[in-house]
Amino acid sequence: MSKAIYALYDDDEVMMDGARSILSKNLRINDVYSPFPVHGLENVLGIKWTRIAITAFLYGLTAATLALLGLWYIMIEDWPMNIGGKPNEFLYQNLPAFIPVTFEFTVLCASHGMAITYLIRNRTFPGAKARNPHPRTTDDHFAIEIMKEENSGMSDDDIRDILKETNPVEIFEK
Amino acid sequence: MEYVFSDKTKRLTFILMGVGLLSILLGFFLGGDHASQRVWTSILISGFFFFGIALASTFFLALQYAAEAGWAVVFKRIFEGISAYLPVAAITLILVFLAGTFHLHHIYHWMDPQLYDPASEHYDAIIAHKEPFLNLPFWWIRTLAYLGIYIWFTRLFRKRSLEEDGLEPTNRSFFVKNQTLAAIFLVLFGYTSTTFSWDWIMSIDTHWFSTIFGWYIFSGMWISGLVMMSLLVIYLKSKGLMDFVNDSHMQDLGKWVFGVSFLWTYLFFCQFMLYWYSDIPEEIIYFKARIDDYTWVFWGTFIINFIFPMLLLMSKDAKRNAGFMTFVGCIIFFGHWLDVFMFVTPGAMKDHGHIGLVEIGTFLGFLGLFLFVVLNALSKRSLLVKGHPYLQESLHHHIN
Repeated sequence: MSKAIYALYDDDEVMMDGARSILSKNLRINDVYSPFPVHGLENVLGIKWTRIAITAFLYGLTAATLALLGLWYIMIEDWPMNIGGKPNEFLYQNLPAFIPVTFEFTVLCASHGMAITYLIRNRTFPGAKARNPHPRTTDDHFAIEIMKEENSGMSDDDIRDILKETNPVEIFEK
Repeated sequence: MEYVFSDKTKRLTFILMGVGLLSILLGFFLGGDHASQRVWTSILISGFFFFGIALASTFFLALQYAAEAGWAVVFKRIFEGISAYLPVAAITLILVFLAGTFHLHHIYHWMDPQLYDPASEHYDAIIAHKEPFLNLPFWWIRTLAYLGIYIWFTRLFRKRSLEEDGLEPTNRSFFVKNQTLAAIFLVLFGYTSTTFSWDWIMSIDTHWFSTIFGWYIFSGMWISGLVMMSLLVIYLKSKGLMDFVNDSHMQDLGKWVFGVSFLWTYLFFCQFMLYWYSDIPEEIIYFKARIDDYTWVFWGTFIINFIFPMLLLMSKDAKRNAGFMTFVGCIIFFGHWLDVFMFVTPGAMKDHGHIGLVEIGTFLGFLGLFLFVVLNALSKRSLLVKGHPYLQESLHHHIN
């Protein structure tokens, strides 16, 4: 017994129109698989705005604090470094010299943090098994996924009929 | 989508110009010991500030063509309107330069011929060494060449834009021609923006030099220009004249303001940190004059122009909110005027400079003049171009 029915399309515009007409018939779409970001699709599917920017800000803030703390401990507190005779009693006196390192560390942590968060959130770890229903959704085809549980009010044949009207190149179950 | 330059708005710009003229006159007669020097300094500050805005607008227009960018076509008339101020800006700058050449003020210390005369007691070996580049005839040739190039390109862009209105959008002939024009302009601009920064601003502190100075000045001009564009668009949109501009356009403009603020900060810090680090007397003198005598203005400029846009313009909603953008825009606008104040005043006024009635009044006067010229240019034609091949793409611009 398969869990989902898929409609495969060879054009993103056809797929978008298809998604609109499927939704207008009260059929719920679980997900769409696409080889590239399709403009406007998130509005059609009603996907919520990503919060990854907030995580990036928090990673950056943490990194900047950590970097300054580390520099303060290494260069000021633990063993005051005398470089070019500059005063080294307090952090602020040497702050300009520490900014490039702080900046780089902030960028490093924010970008890696974002990438790792993204991978964890989507469960796409390196070496993870591919979850796309059809190999061509990473090439030039688009698949709309309909879960049977979510549409228990309709029989498989009803779903197939609705999908057929949207001009897919193939309908399959998995 | 016609903008009408109403009598009420016109009167407002005239009042601003009147305030400016009055503060200039009052400054001359009641300014005390450094009266004339102070007035000319404040004319140079505001004159150069608004010159930068007009020039940045032509630059930004050329950039859109060179990058083949479609999104900004709805703003094209705004770019043209702002750059229409360029000839007037050139006249104000030339006035200041003429006054300097005839020794009515001493902002440009090196214009004094005695400095180059080994027999004179004012002989300055360092400045005399710079004579092959920094002499009046060559300097004037360069100055007129820069202004001539900028005005010529700006007028050509405008002329073609008006002719293009009558063409079908499928006709790409003007677009291709403008791309070539934009590419040539950007190359010329790249070199001349650096050299005019040396000639007009860096030469005020004649002994000092910085190789990144041109970029620093350019980034300040660019951000001031972008803020001016945003404020103008918000104003016209609030009057219902630019309904074709949607949230996505505003967000992209906000992104430019945000991004170029960082560019400015980066260059500010680049210049500052290397001098601070090496701490060589002949180099650090530039910052010493600023940090010791103008502590609050110097660091305040940095904070206003960096911290404000960074924290306030980071989110998408902030960039799309007209009230918010206006608030942040006005603050950055003033912040970059302070930055130009910082270029000129410590060199021209030593430690006697301050921000008072003369400086603020002159700024308001120039603002009035600028708005009069720009709004007048905007009222001449429809606010939306017609024949541009990317017009439809721009009208349908949509980002998330």
